[in-house]
Amino acid sequence: MKKAILALADGTVFHGKSFGATGEVTGEVVFNTSMSGYQEILTDPSYCGEIVTMTYPQIGNTGINAEDVESGKPHLSAFVVREAWDMPSNWRSEMSLGSYLEQNNIIGLCDIDTRALVRHIRTHGAQVGIISTLDADTQSLVEKARKTPGLKGQDTVQKVTCSEPYHWTEGVWNLETGYEKTNPEQARFRVVAYDFGIKRNILRHLASLGCHVTVVPATTTAQQVLALNPDGVFLSNGPGDPEPLHYAQENIRKLLGKKPIFGICLGHQLLALALGGKTYKLKFGHRGGNQPVRQLSGRVEITSQNHGFAVAADSMEDSALLTHINLNDNTVEGLEHKSLPAFSVQYHPEASPGPHDARYLFARFIELMENFRASQQG
Amino acid sequence: MPKRTDIKKILIIGAGPIIIGQACEFDYSGTQACKALKEEGYEVILLNSNPATIMTDPDFADRTYVEPVTPEVLRRIIEKERPDAVLPTLGGQTALNTAVEVAENGTLEEFGVELIGAKLPAIKMAEDRTLFKQAMGRIGLDVPSSGLAHNFEEAMEVIKSIGFPAIIRPSFTLGGTGGGIAYNLEEYEEMAIKGIDASPTDEILIEESVIGWKEFELEVMRDTADNVVIICSIENLDPMGVHTGDSITVAPAQTLTDKEYQILRDASIKIMREIGVETGGSNVQFGINPDNGRLVVIEMNPRVSRSSALASKATGFPIAKIAAKLAVGYTLDEIPNDITRETYASFEPTIDYVVTKFPRFTFEKFPQADATLTTQMKSVGEAMAIGRTFKESLQKSLRSLEIDSYGFESRLFDDSQESFAALTDENSTLLRTKLSQPNWERLWYLADAFRAGWSLDEIFALTKIDRWFLINIQQILEMEKTLRANRSLVAGAGEELGELLREAKRFGFSDRRLARLWSLTEGEVRKLRKDLGVLPVFKRVDTCAAEFEAFTPYFYSSYETECESAPTDRKKIIILGGGPNRIGQGIEFDYCCVHGSFALAEEGIETIMINCNPETVSTDYDTSDRLYFEPLTLEDVLSIVEIEKPFGVIVQYGGQTPLKLAVALEEAGVPIIGTSPDAIDRAEDRERFQALLHKLDLKQPANGIARSFEESENIAQKIGYPVVVRPSYVLGGRAMEIVYGQAQLKRYMHTAVMASPEHPILIDKFLDEAIEVDVDALCDGKTVVMGGIMQHIEEAGIHSGDSACVLPPFSLEQSTIAEIRRQTVELAMELGVIGLMNIQYAVREGEVYLIEVNPRASRTVPFVSKATGRPLAKVAAKVMAGISLEQQGVTEDIIPKHISVKEAVFPFVKFPGVDTLLGPEMKSTGEVMGIDYEFGPAFAKAQFGAGVRLPKSGTVFVSVKDSDKEHVLQPVNRLVELGFKVVATRGTASYLQSRGVEVEIVNKVKEGRPSIVDAIKSEQINLVFNTTFGADAVTDSYSIRRTTLMFNVAYFTTVAGIKASAQAIEAMCRETLDVCPLQEYL
Repeated sequence: MKKAILALADGTVFHGKSFGATGEVTGEVVFNTSMSGYQEILTDPSYCGEIVTMTYPQIGNTGINAEDVESGKPHLSAFVVREAWDMPSNWRSEMSLGSYLEQNNIIGLCDIDTRALVRHIRTHGAQVGIISTLDADTQSLVEKARKTPGLKGQDTVQKVTCSEPYHWTEGVWNLETGYEKTNPEQARFRVVAYDFGIKRNILRHLASLGCHVTVVPATTTAQQVLALNPDGVFLSNGPGDPEPLHYAQENIRKLLGKKPIFGICLGHQLLALALGGKTYKLKFGHRGGNQPVRQLSGRVEITSQNHGFAVAADSMEDSALLTHINLNDNTVEGLEHKSLPAFSVQYHPEASPGPHDARYLFARFIELMENFRASQQG
Repeated sequence: MPKRTDIKKILIIGAGPIIIGQACEFDYSGTQACKALKEEGYEVILLNSNPATIMTDPDFADRTYVEPVTPEVLRRIIEKERPDAVLPTLGGQTALNTAVEVAENGTLEEFGVELIGAKLPAIKMAEDRTLFKQAMGRIGLDVPSSGLAHNFEEAMEVIKSIGFPAIIRPSFTLGGTGGGIAYNLEEYEEMAIKGIDASPTDEILIEESVIGWKEFELEVMRDTADNVVIICSIENLDPMGVHTGDSITVAPAQTLTDKEYQILRDASIKIMREIGVETGGSNVQFGINPDNGRLVVIEMNPRVSRSSALASKATGFPIAKIAAKLAVGYTLDEIPNDITRETYASFEPTIDYVVTKFPRFTFEKFPQADATLTTQMKSVGEAMAIGRTFKESLQKSLRSLEIDSYGFESRLFDDSQESFAALTDENSTLLRTKLSQPNWERLWYLADAFRAGWSLDEIFALTKIDRWFLINIQQILEMEKTLRANRSLVAGAGEELGELLREAKRFGFSDRRLARLWSLTEGEVRKLRKDLGVLPVFKRVDTCAAEFEAFTPYFYSSYETECESAPTDRKKIIILGGGPNRIGQGIEFDYCCVHGSFALAEEGIETIMINCNPETVSTDYDTSDRLYFEPLTLEDVLSIVEIEKPFGVIVQYGGQTPLKLAVALEEAGVPIIGTSPDAIDRAEDRERFQALLHKLDLKQPANGIARSFEESENIAQKIGYPVVVRPSYVLGGRAMEIVYGQAQLKRYMHTAVMASPEHPILIDKFLDEAIEVDVDALCDGKTVVMGGIMQHIEEAGIHSGDSACVLPPFSLEQSTIAEIRRQTVELAMELGVIGLMNIQYAVREGEVYLIEVNPRASRTVPFVSKATGRPLAKVAAKVMAGISLEQQGVTEDIIPKHISVKEAVFPFVKFPGVDTLLGPEMKSTGEVMGIDYEFGPAFAKAQFGAGVRLPKSGTVFVSVKDSDKEHVLQPVNRLVELGFKVVATRGTASYLQSRGVEVEIVNKVKEGRPSIVDAIKSEQINLVFNTTFGADAVTDSYSIRRTTLMFNVAYFTTVAGIKASAQAIEAMCRETLDVCPLQEYL
């Protein structure tokens, strides 16, 4: 294995080895605390522009299979682990993590003290870093990292959204039969899903619940969406800062009240901004599968999360009800419009990876569409 | 929801004595529960018969009943205390079973007591195989196909549809007692009978074998608001077929993708809800077919378990403490996470290290036992190790076991060589067997299979151990090869070696193992390593993978770059723990360590604990100021000492484990406080000890040291038979035997041990019919105070740990006690004991003989502390910290008015084929205590506590050796007066008849049928008195003892035990045994 260096913008340097592809890459350095699900993390478009560090030290144990993907390819900038495992053991495995990264030209960094890195990010905040197998001059690497802009203020969505609309029919996964094949002919609802970097498991859940889903590019206008005459509009997750995405906020504003809306993660932040709220960058974000979220009605659900920005609670008081909060740091986790059929959550009810506690939210979206349809007819 | 205010008084049921399958993890959970509930202001009543527990310390509960954990006693306590609720989920299977009985017999209803933690229907559904299977069916989960049988005929019917191999699981037993795997009809018939017998409900489950499948466990918690969280997932390295207690296990699960893991998570939550465990922790076990992922549910425990203790230590999430709070109505989101302070218990811990648990076995104590690992648990303890990778964690776990292993030492090759000779056919066969039949040494053999060049697929086919684990071990061996090949680098000690060494340390290689591979000494490797700057760092266990700041200093070592130890500059003392439980060294020593820590904290000294036993209170993160979860080897301890720079290190509390390190630690410049290592050596070294006795003019049984068979014969001749023979430097009486004549000596010297100049054999005159006395004393260098003087019930020759004992002595002359006191003072002063010491004496015809001196805390310290109310370990810790006995106001002996009896508890029932006779080799796993104002009732309570069912009426069977006949007359007469019928074998019968006792004669086994064994099996015998002499008689009567054991008939094999039991039965006939809390005695 080649030597590789990770240098952070603040001058901190880690020496390790590379696996997967070689070369040089920059990105915002973040960490994820999930102990399982690295393949879903790799393929989650929300990690676009980020160098993702896994806190769990043994990664690659179960290899890579054809099923556990959340998009067509990995989107993150680089992948950092303590021990990269190259001889997978699992009945579904088809290739090793290293080969997969290499095929997809993603640099992996291993054999560094990942816990030290995580503690550094926790204390000093997420920041830009650079991984290189080419340049051994740490000073020059730190310089390059400093010159690279972070995610704040950038439109990262353009890098991951689809270029053309498409239909989605694959349903949720099952151990014996794999992914369900749904029949769009029998769909009860038509849903237009904005692709800001959408995870497939969201689409699978919608499909399995009887939705005929049309996925559209991030810049699709409200008029174009309405022209498809959907029963509901879904706002997807996605990478980076929601603030600069004025086009999306504008379209959402136009759709509000006309169609039921459900937003997840970036979609949630965009809905909040469309409602006049504010978002801000968290120090190091929430990324993992163990975040406790309290429904204001009582129950706590363990959720899967992946976000570096959040909605400011006090900015929403006029327009929306707070439905969910994070039990650890009291940040906003869920909103519901006071009068219009629109709601959103910061976390990932589709999980993948992560616990399934919040799946009920998809059913809530269905119910919202059902009620809205009834009210239109009545 | 806030805590409940409608209940005020809660009764917690403890687990009773330490047995296989139920060890000190339930002291850990019970102690946490007591603390948590007292903290919430509840009045806590505790029932537990085990004096060696921290939870039974008088200040952990308001009223502490050290009484037998039986439904009758529980009822009496409920009657007396009138608690509002009973919490049965923290005391293992014993507590749960006892609670079920009082719930079913109406006691709870009668006194209006609520069962909290788990309700009766939930317990029944989880524990009853049929109900459980039905419940799983309702929620769409598979279980292995199975059938129930209540008798032999039903068992034969069920097996037709299941086929072989079949698993037999008796209902309602702990650690799978009486269960097993049958591969053919013959085995099946035997196991079915045994299993039905072992089950309190006469029920067995016969199950489809899923042997070889992957095995997983999830630890789950639920609160009254129906919040459910998974605390930890555990993957067993040993596939299905080996009891999880005997399996090497790893946390978190390693070989599942997220999709597969979430299936387990969803299933666990559904199971919690369906079974209806309202609050608290449970454990769910799954089997997964490695070829297609098919999932079957194996079982669930609706209570805190051994795995929960492991999960607590592995994650830093205190399951038992939280379970206790949930039981009184709190919800998870109301309970703060101690470690992060900012967050709540309502989350799922995530860890950034790998935890390996390795079970500890003691088959050497039971040579007749079958050492194959099956679904019946056989291990007596476990060690846990934490590393950043599995390789590091696994190798740390090996050296934590304290079995003189420091890595993958070869069983079949000379592993200091660079290449290995081909395996002989014989060894090849052996290796094949060792891989395919699970056994505790399997991992070492597995390493040899790699050394022999066997392929991964071949090894997988034999072991069915997941390839992920196998490849990790293979990588360790590849590193071993690289290390050997680069031996030449050692001389240069350059950067290249530094890098190799660092890589090896990151793989978990110990200095000792490197020394072996490089033909250096451990000290040389250490020096090399330090010169090259290859040093460990300490990482924190924080429940959250560093996402939040951790405030709890709970550490493990690793070879990484950043150290989070942040030692303070306070005055601090390190206490070395006892490592994994084993026979001879168990919870008693953990009790001492914990007390040491509490005492020093009272004095404002920072306390630092080092231990690797996940079951213990000492490894709870809030017992000491700082906790290092590390192996107790010289290397690991030195690394911590170098970072912490303590004022002192206490080695006399953790049993033999830390004591063995004392000299080496002192040589390395570590400040050992308390008794000096030199004094310890004076007591341990045979020749120096003799000189000491000579100097003080103390008497010892005649003895000698033999370095060959001839020498041993000469010595035995000189001092006269019988003699006690044993290898030097042993613990718990390993391989100790009483030898009555030359032939036996010859056999012993040739089969049991090989005497040699390096391994001499100690030979002592055996003092026949002497009374043995145990003394625990305190000394600060100026004053000596007796902690307690205990008289053994069994005569000398039975290991002190296996003997029942009484405090204060019940038949010693005052002058004898005074002499024992005098000798103890002289020895303590001469050795310069600072802290605790334990001495064993034998008294014969008024003469006091010194048997053994241990200048350390002993197994009896907790018992004595409970009996006298004086916390010996605390006092001694303060002495070691420089506070004199006088300053502590400890100058007088305490001689209590009440009588305390300690009785040992044995694991024989788990080891078919093993004789139950006691001898100089210790075999007990635990102990119980009986307290009363008279000997009879105190002894009776101790017996009930130990699970012996003393009868109040019925038939006593008597068969004793000639020399005992006159001694049993009086107790037999007593029983006759109480209405017992007597049956006896011919010799004993004719003696008793000649003394006017009415006796019915019964056949010995070899005299034809019906014999005494038939009588026991047909439940005609309620009590057995059986003493034997000589090998033949022992063999003859073996089947009697084994049958009494299987049918749970009370039996006594010594005259002293026979006498005591008669007194106890008399007391029972006279009045109902009363219950009384410890606080009232003291």
